[in-house]
Amino acid sequence: MTAAVIVKALRKSFGATEVLRGIDLEVAAGDVTCIIGPSGSGKSTLLRCIAFLDQATDGYVFVQGEPLGFAPDASGARARLPDARVRDVRAKIGMVFQQFNLWPHRTALGNVTEALTTVRGIAPAEARERGLAQLRKVGLAAHADHFPAQLSGGQQQRVAIARALALEPQIMLFDEPTSSLDPELTGEVLNVMRALASEGMTMIVVSHEIGFAASVANRIVFLDGGKLLLNGTPKEVFGQPRHPRLEQFLETYLDRGAAILA
Amino acid sequence: MSFDIGLIWSRMPDILGGFGLTLVIWLVGCLAGIALGFLVAVLRRNVAGLNIPLAAWMEVTRGTPFLIQLFLLYFGGPFIGLSLEPITAGLLGFTLYGAAYFSEIFRAGFAAVPRGHIEAGECLGLSQGQIMRRIIVPEMAVLVLPALVNMIVLLLKETAVLSIITVPELTMMISAIGSENFVFVESLFLLALFYWAMVEIAGWLGRQAEVKLASFRPAT
Repeated sequence: MTAAVIVKALRKSFGATEVLRGIDLEVAAGDVTCIIGPSGSGKSTLLRCIAFLDQATDGYVFVQGEPLGFAPDASGARARLPDARVRDVRAKIGMVFQQFNLWPHRTALGNVTEALTTVRGIAPAEARERGLAQLRKVGLAAHADHFPAQLSGGQQQRVAIARALALEPQIMLFDEPTSSLDPELTGEVLNVMRALASEGMTMIVVSHEIGFAASVANRIVFLDGGKLLLNGTPKEVFGQPRHPRLEQFLETYLDRGAAILA
Repeated sequence: MSFDIGLIWSRMPDILGGFGLTLVIWLVGCLAGIALGFLVAVLRRNVAGLNIPLAAWMEVTRGTPFLIQLFLLYFGGPFIGLSLEPITAGLLGFTLYGAAYFSEIFRAGFAAVPRGHIEAGECLGLSQGQIMRRIIVPEMAVLVLPALVNMIVLLLKETAVLSIITVPELTMMISAIGSENFVFVESLFLLALFYWAMVEIAGWLGRQAEVKLASFRPAT
């Protein structure tokens, strides 16, 4: 069976700084993979390269077997794929951002239905029904006509999740979805993500929520200095004996009282 | 010195004719200037080869007085085979002058739309054209509207410069009446009144548009 996402020898540099130094990763369908690591380790860059929001300097990303962004040409050289092809493959992916990125001039429902009508060409009445169904799923049907500025951060993030889900992606990417939220609002977003995971959605989550990673993810990827240091089940990664670098990283969380892993 | 408003009143048809022409030049020039300015901003953003020449045109237009530009167009035009009637030269110069400022307003507006909002559209499969129409322009419109209204109001007063190349607009008509009859104070007073009234109306309309466009922002 083809993996949902394959990352091959991925490298990314910003100027002279190499942020990703040859990442290889496979995510199986239905897996919830949490990418953890210290700030600046390349977690978000890896996720953005998978979604082709940042173009990798070298290497490839395959989504359900199809290359996204770049593919080897007939001579084996790395070639940029046309925009239309990028859009087709990216349609398999839903992305949720740290800053929600809702469009402020559209209501919650308008945010959710926009791509249904403009990209998929679905009639407005049907798009509305589908949009409301997605908002219901994240517990926000009653807020359908609210603008983003009228919603809390947690509600905005749930609308953003509903917006991504509306296009029925096979893979969901979450880039630090709770980092902009206070602890109370974090819970409501994590609950939606837990529900998604229990439905079998393939998810790649960049997060500082170690508790969530340990309890929901079935794969943990630990990045450090642009390299993939650890990749295994939560038990393998968090169990004893721990990798010294991970131990050092986790100490900061334990210091903050998140002794979930102890 | 007497204040003979009766004389001004008797020439009201001429004044209203000038007023009408001022309005037409202002509105047509602003609409054309906004369209051209938007096009310039889009081209500078999307066509790398055009950025430098368009930026140079914008800098020169913004960096020289409108009066000089108008003289060059009207009196210098014939030297390159461009002989224009005063109204045509005035409207063309006015449009180009406004477009330079409008293009900068739109450029700043484009830059102010958060990158993440565009990326959200890209992730959802919207094409670049759809992102422009459905995300960038509506978001930008709200951001640039106050600056746009301000510029439109400023341009209204710039129409007075067209009188120098004998465009029979409001300033020329009223100044002529003042000169012919030695009623300078009355004519200048009336002129100021006309412009002030128009600016107030334009400002009010702009504020209504701002309220309407920004309706998705809750009151603070």
